[in-house]
Amino acid sequence: MNILVCVKRVPDTGARVEITANGRAIETRNLGFTISPHEECAVEEAAVIAEKLGGSCTVLTVGPKDAEDQLRDCLAKGMDRGVLIETDGNELDPGQTASAIVGFVRAQRAPFDLILFGSESADAANYQIGIHVAYALDLPCVTGVKRMSVQTGSVTAKQETRTGFDVYQAQLPAVLTVKEGLNLPRHPSLKATMGARKKPVERMRAEVGPASLEMVRLSVPAEKGSGAEILGEGKSAVPRIVDLLEELRLI
Amino acid sequence: MILAFIEHDRGAVSSLTLQMLAAARALSAQTGDPLHAIAGGGGEFQQLERQGVAHLHCFDHESLHEYAPTAWARCISRVIEQHKPSIVLAAATDRGNELMAWTAAITGVPLAVNCIHVRPGEPFQVIRQRYGGSLLEEANLHGSTRMLTTALHVFEPAEVENALPMTVETISAAADEKDRRARVVSREETQSAGVNLHTARVVVGGGRGVGSAEGFRVLEELAGVINGAVGGSRVATNNGWRPHAVQVGLTGNRIAPVLYIACGISGAIQHQVGCKGAKRILVINKDREAPFFRRADHGVIGDLHEILPALTAEIRKRKSAG
Amino acid sequence: MTSAPSHARVVIIGAGIVGNSVSYHLHRQGWRDLVLLDKGPFPNPGGSTGHASNFCYPIDYSRLMVQITRDSVRQYKELGVFRESGGLELARSEENARELLRRASAAKSWDVEADLLTPVQVKQMMPFVNTDIIRGGLSFPRTGVVDSLRAGTIMRERAQEAGALSIFPNTEVLGVTIRNGRIHSVRTSRGEIRTEYLVIACGVWSPRIARMAGASIPLTPVVHQMISVGPIEEFAKTGGEIGYPILRDMTALMYERQNGSDMEVGSYAHRPILMAPDDIPSIEESKLSPTELPFTKEDFEPQMAHALELLPELLGDERAGIQYAINGLLSLTPDGAPLVGETPEVKGLWSAAAVWVKEGPGVGRIVGEWMTQGDTEYDTSEIDIARFYPYGRTKSHVISRTSEGYNRTYGIVHPREQWSSSRNIRLSPFHGREVEAGAVFFETAGWERPQWYRSNEKLLSEYGSRIQMRPNEWDSRWWSPIISAEHLAMRDRVGMVDLSAFAIFDITGPGALDCTQRLAVFQMDVPVGKAVYTPLLTHAGKMKSDVTITRTAEDSFRIVTGGAQGGIDGKWFRDCLPADGSVQLHDMTASLCTLGLWGPSARAVMQAISADDMSDTGLPFSHAKQIWIGPVPVWALRISYVGEMGWELYASMEQGRLLWDMVWKAGQEHGIVPVGIGVYGTSARIEKSYRLYGNELDMEYNAYESGLTRRSVKKQDFIGKQAYLKQASEELAASLCTLTVDDHTSHTGEPRFMLGREPVLTLDGKPIEDRLGRRSFVTSAGTAPSLGKHLLMTYLPPELAVAGTKLKVEYFSEHYPVTVAVVGPAPLFDPSNERMKG
Repeated sequence: MNILVCVKRVPDTGARVEITANGRAIETRNLGFTISPHEECAVEEAAVIAEKLGGSCTVLTVGPKDAEDQLRDCLAKGMDRGVLIETDGNELDPGQTASAIVGFVRAQRAPFDLILFGSESADAANYQIGIHVAYALDLPCVTGVKRMSVQTGSVTAKQETRTGFDVYQAQLPAVLTVKEGLNLPRHPSLKATMGARKKPVERMRAEVGPASLEMVRLSVPAEKGSGAEILGEGKSAVPRIVDLLEELRLI
Repeated sequence: MILAFIEHDRGAVSSLTLQMLAAARALSAQTGDPLHAIAGGGGEFQQLERQGVAHLHCFDHESLHEYAPTAWARCISRVIEQHKPSIVLAAATDRGNELMAWTAAITGVPLAVNCIHVRPGEPFQVIRQRYGGSLLEEANLHGSTRMLTTALHVFEPAEVENALPMTVETISAAADEKDRRARVVSREETQSAGVNLHTARVVVGGGRGVGSAEGFRVLEELAGVINGAVGGSRVATNNGWRPHAVQVGLTGNRIAPVLYIACGISGAIQHQVGCKGAKRILVINKDREAPFFRRADHGVIGDLHEILPALTAEIRKRKSAG
Repeated sequence: MTSAPSHARVVIIGAGIVGNSVSYHLHRQGWRDLVLLDKGPFPNPGGSTGHASNFCYPIDYSRLMVQITRDSVRQYKELGVFRESGGLELARSEENARELLRRASAAKSWDVEADLLTPVQVKQMMPFVNTDIIRGGLSFPRTGVVDSLRAGTIMRERAQEAGALSIFPNTEVLGVTIRNGRIHSVRTSRGEIRTEYLVIACGVWSPRIARMAGASIPLTPVVHQMISVGPIEEFAKTGGEIGYPILRDMTALMYERQNGSDMEVGSYAHRPILMAPDDIPSIEESKLSPTELPFTKEDFEPQMAHALELLPELLGDERAGIQYAINGLLSLTPDGAPLVGETPEVKGLWSAAAVWVKEGPGVGRIVGEWMTQGDTEYDTSEIDIARFYPYGRTKSHVISRTSEGYNRTYGIVHPREQWSSSRNIRLSPFHGREVEAGAVFFETAGWERPQWYRSNEKLLSEYGSRIQMRPNEWDSRWWSPIISAEHLAMRDRVGMVDLSAFAIFDITGPGALDCTQRLAVFQMDVPVGKAVYTPLLTHAGKMKSDVTITRTAEDSFRIVTGGAQGGIDGKWFRDCLPADGSVQLHDMTASLCTLGLWGPSARAVMQAISADDMSDTGLPFSHAKQIWIGPVPVWALRISYVGEMGWELYASMEQGRLLWDMVWKAGQEHGIVPVGIGVYGTSARIEKSYRLYGNELDMEYNAYESGLTRRSVKKQDFIGKQAYLKQASEELAASLCTLTVDDHTSHTGEPRFMLGREPVLTLDGKPIEDRLGRRSFVTSAGTAPSLGKHLLMTYLPPELAVAGTKLKVEYFSEHYPVTVAVVGPAPLFDPSNERMKG
């Protein structure tokens, strides 16, 4: 199995987000960076598949120079090779990002059997890069996958519905976008963390056309409400909770 | 024209789609473009008339009855290519986002998902949610057709008075087999068809303060007497106290009950994102300084393990009395 | 939101281990009406306590820090949150193996249980250590871990339950109001609180709050990196939280500690990563907490390799993952010590900052006692926030010194170790000449002071045969045989010493006599011109300082104290001024330079440059007068700390250089030599058994024990008099003695020379304790070139404080024979003080 996992470097924010003076980015002076929980599951799944079936895992990101940190984190979690498609630091739109990935995939001599994405990135959450890539490469694609199993030449993937799962089947090669809950991602061992430093990371420049979704500025939405109406403390509040349930016609 | 994608269950239009239609109607009024809808699979769509839909494109070839995103998107794309709508919308559900993404890929039309505000014109501006809505992005969308999905629980659904009759056009083309390479081959039902996080009018959520898997029993008992569903914060699902399927939050479920009772949940932003569709939020927490109190409608300070059993008992009492 | 009370006796800011402990101890001291607030939630408001590794190692080279840690551990045990795990310091290098010997000796000085171990013994205690790479270990069996958050909660709740304390979490301090130099009120997000005392105990945020009050708390937040690796299978078997000793890898500057089924690995080896207090993120902005910053992995990678090398089996387990990794913030000060006490800038504003978990409860008790009775059980000089001069409180100094000091946390620091950063901060007018003379500068309180002069190397050929050489590198580090040569030349001829680092205070006004009388133990109602060397006591009768006070006029006194003590003493003088304005205190330190001129030819030199009568009758010993040296008005004080006839010459700074040049020129025909502090501070004074504050004199030994008393007690009142009278009636528990080292030969045959703080032992190698439980240790050590001996000073209990008693001293864990030479203030050199009479 030759697997590609695509991830995105994003600020690891706390409860309150600050915007930079130019209004176009998150203030990251005191923040670390990470990838989305969905992508962590994609990395874990790829590592487990490769451990079980043999093969190699490539982790790719399109982002600034420092996104190498996130690639190294993934290399510590079982990925074998990193690819950094470097941007000038400005965020690309979904179409641009997808075309950078597609360009890389097409240039590979050994094709990928499986290309994994997170369901959406933690920050921009455009929900569409995996699909753009699948379409451009003419591959089947299943999104929002919560369970998956790979057989020879095909993949079974399950999408969660309100009452259970929709079960998809697709031939390989295929693109899957996955969701948190797919697995429990590992914490890298000390050895793996140090070993990640020695694994190869290829760098290339992103060459992209104009953006069609163009970010103008970011803002923090106004906080809702002025605080809860306190119904009481401890058990003494029970009658008022019941009143509330009645008022809302819930009993 | 403005084209809206309809999610439905055998003709019953989803409430989230009705929210989107409210936005679509407003855009139609602003631009003067008529509102068209497009739906896949069979059904009775007469209710769309009261949503101000002038014309429905309905593709229902047998090969398209099972959801196959690429094949469905291909149908939508054909309508777009034929009618060149100014705006194409869907609700920002998983399926809505997925279909719009495929359609965008096929047609090359740009897509902005999770929009809460749309300003047609030049430039065509949207405000969309990032980080599950804890951050907003103002963006320009280029192109002659623009696609977008509307964020959930932002727009109020409504009906149109004096609705005009809706015309229906059936597209009967079969799906290309290649477009059905990834498709639903079966369904697994794991939850009873009864109440779940999305259908329940009241959801009881538990977090760190519940303390253990066993600790959720008091939540289940309460949910039992009020016909509610039980959810968990990321702490609760990551600790294995509840299955991930019931996680409420940014990376789990977005719920919209009438009342959300959050027990022992401090209220991290990622959790609040998942429950802000609720009409009312009641927070029960020992820590009177928990940030969730600041963003909730009602609060009770105290130990959930004391309060919930007492509440359950009281409700039972009233029920038997009533 | 509950609003804060409009008034409180004390407001304590910061609910970490320190603030909770201060609240509790103030309550125990009987205070009520206390308010504890924090901008974060309880029990973990997000400060350094919340992410501390929580272990308490009992050892330190500082006696005070050992005492505070011991007291803290006692309190943690009483609170039920201490778990003894044992601690194991490991040496990989030869140098660290030697350092462990020194640490073992320090443990003996401070009564800390410690055992030196071979690698095989290390393996028995901690089977996972790769003993191939270590040379030995030092075990501290009483080491343990605590639950500092729980401890803080219990202490806080005790004070609350007693009705003495109210608490306010999530309360931001917005401003502090000062009236007439005193704390007046605190403005918070819950309203304004009028208060008499404000205690700042908010760790890395302390400088921000202090600045609101116009004061400074000189610390900087600095990153300490830590990771937690697990789950480790072997640890699961230990059941409890910790089943193995806490390791300190002294060569790699790291620690490894079990925490449940995980292993915490922390480091003091990475580059210093400083942060400005204003840049610490808010609670809302932080992913974890404001003091748990994103981990910068690249800084920690060498440490991972070291940890893996030491514990290959445990940490090499592929199933054990990095569960948690932070750049944790902690507080670091320019000299590494905590910042405790009332700030010198604002009355009623107290600092309890830069305190580690192992010190928290102890510091809480110190603050409680200090605020209640004015002093504490221990000598707090080392942690007294008043020790810093204004330059020491500047951002520039704090950043320079903490950047340099970070890696010293686990490093090997020589007792005379000099800083390389933030130097040349305070220069005497003689500095240029001293540089020309090849001075090797040591720093005291910012002052550059020549320790010896390279230009005096030529004296080695003159005195070489009389000089004890120190072949061992450690013994001779920060030392030179030139010091001994300068010493002998001064004793033979005449020497000039730069003493400009002295802190000088003039007390003037109609109330000056009463004020000075209250400060000093000895009689101050003396004739104008008379100088009195006197102890100053605290209210409880502890030794606050030793100073020379000269009556310069009917209503004017000049107090001279050591440079290192000037900050603390200056604050003490200000605190003791009467409120009626009848006395003024003038800090003359920056105005006056001081040149010491001593030796058999000193008078001849003086006669060549001054027309004033400098004979024994013209200016008797222990007297001062105004004279002229050429165009320079000089205040000449005839005293001596070196045991020779001569003067301290005080002149205005701008004429200092001229004074130096005139003395230098006139001294040429008498063979004058510039003499460094190596002679003044150690070799010459130890020959005279003179005491040095901070060494022989401190708040642990009273004036009687140090021999700083007079036969009769003056009738006037003075601070500490009651206690002083009580001390007089008590049997001495210990006396200050001077010892000679009888044989310097170590097991390798190399002679060794003690540097101070070593344990003094009985002949059979047992530690010596007086009846108050104080162990005997070397307070000062120094070569006495005139005697051809190496001398040690120490306090001994009465039965051993007898001339001729044979004892031992331990140095790098080897024992050397010593003999008590003299008891009390009597000197070994020139016992009748003939030379000083001149």
